Amino acid sequence: MTNEPIIEIRELTKKFGNFTAVDHISFEVVKGEIFGFLGANGAGKTTAMRMLCGLSTPTSGEAKVAGYDIKTQTEKVKRMIGYMSQKFSLYDNLTVWENLEFYAGIYGLRKKEIREKGEQLIIQLQLQDSSNKLVGSLPLGWKQKLAFSIAIFHEPAVVFLDEPTGGVDPLTRRQFWEMIYEAAHRGITVFATTHYMDEAEYCDRVCIMVDGRVAALDSPAKLRASFEVSSMDDVFYQLARAATRVE
Amino acid sequence: MMEIVRIDHLVKTYSKGSVQALRDVSFSVNDGEIFGLIGPDGAGKTTLFRIIATLLTPDTGDANVLGLDTIKDYQKIRPQMGYMPGRFSLYQDLTVHENLSFFATVFGTTIEENYDLIRDIYVQLEPFQDRRAGKLSGGMKQKLALCCALIHKPRILLLDEPTTGVDPVSRKEFWVILQRLKNIGITIIVATPYMDEAAQCDRIAFLQNGKILKLDTPQNIVNAYGDKIWAVKAADMFQLITALRQAPRLLIQYAFGEYVHAVSDRNNPNSSQELEEYLTSEGLKNIVIHETAPTIEDSFIQLLR
Repeated sequence: MTNEPIIEIRELTKKFGNFTAVDHISFEVVKGEIFGFLGANGAGKTTAMRMLCGLSTPTSGEAKVAGYDIKTQTEKVKRMIGYMSQKFSLYDNLTVWENLEFYAGIYGLRKKEIREKGEQLIIQLQLQDSSNKLVGSLPLGWKQKLAFSIAIFHEPAVVFLDEPTGGVDPLTRRQFWEMIYEAAHRGITVFATTHYMDEAEYCDRVCIMVDGRVAALDSPAKLRASFEVSSMDDVFYQLARAATRVE
Repeated sequence: MMEIVRIDHLVKTYSKGSVQALRDVSFSVNDGEIFGLIGPDGAGKTTLFRIIATLLTPDTGDANVLGLDTIKDYQKIRPQMGYMPGRFSLYQDLTVHENLSFFATVFGTTIEENYDLIRDIYVQLEPFQDRRAGKLSGGMKQKLALCCALIHKPRILLLDEPTTGVDPVSRKEFWVILQRLKNIGITIIVATPYMDEAAQCDRIAFLQNGKILKLDTPQNIVNAYGDKIWAVKAADMFQLITALRQAPRLLIQYAFGEYVHAVSDRNNPNSSQELEEYLTSEGLKNIVIHETAPTIEDSFIQLLR
């Protein structure tokens, strides 16, 4: 991890009519950092993440991702990022290889590159016997690992993970996080939301959103110390309980 | 203690036998307990719920609820059971109030008659009672679904992953409600992927690939763990996990909150000094090592290993 900022957010705000979903948030995320973005349902996480991915225009404020402005350079932003969510990531009715080819193609990788790198990836994931199988037929844990690998296949500067790990056994969930550690170690910045508070502990720093604002931002250890509690679960509970916004 | 649900050698397959959802599952649930089914997607939890709820017939084996057979006597069972499926299955285009009133009517009762049972949950929904169910947030949907499953005052409540995707605050509130329902005598069978929730059940069954790996009280399960767990921390987590993979005499290592749990073979455990020396020789900095007690999650991982 370096100190080079890769996401820079200043007073970022999004309103829907009278409702302020994201309310003047400001922070930076540095290269190679694993950054946890937490909050109760309705705290504004998804809206903020959509803006950072260039999918939603802010009402006011600014943000840069990998040096590009999320308002004026959305297409460049999209090329620099990867995205994965548990709800949607891969096409169930395409095969493993077709999914890989499809996404890599969208990000402009050349055929030769896709073939060489893709074959390597399939071996790494031990999917040799499954590369011609429909993704829909794979166990969920494999799907999640594949989805993550595909999301970083084009070596993005930042990968956004929106609740990536639900529904798998605890061992599979850990294997997934080891892949995240490895990606971060290689310099890919990881920006992740999760409902598992033990996963919040795996992050270098954690931002907790309450009512569209940043209620706390620090390393898990410092947050625990400043709230005088023993787990991130308790930190989260203290902050989110104070939310006034009705879902 | 009276047995309220009894499952005998259940087998269920799908797709002409190519998918084995349940492979000879047997257990019973005691009257008045919170019984947890713990396991990942695809373990067979939903199939089990659907069979107990009289909505699915097994290939072989029996399921009994309140001494009644789920196939022959399904009509007698249904009024005594509330089922909250994993997927939100209320009427999206009916309002909150209309949904609740519909379920009450179907079971031949009224909201007023059993209001006491749902009051604590329903007060939070009342400000939105004219909102269509499809427009509710995740946490609110879950509360409405619970109200609808409770409105006919069932003896048994079946909850299929009621808290999946729900934030930690709402999850905590939900479990307070469950404890209260238990206290008034309702038996609860609940599936969850969250290990902290497993610890709140009276007994749990770990389910994986259609089989029960273990069934006991959470306390007995952790007591039976046996191996030694070292909680290890160092400056660089990735480096630490990588190094521990090669460490001598470790059975497994995995991230656990701010630590990595390094599990040492019970017959030939490492000493902390030994581990520390190894990690230092691998170039790790700021090493912290202490022994830690197993949790439910460690036990599940031990069974999966």
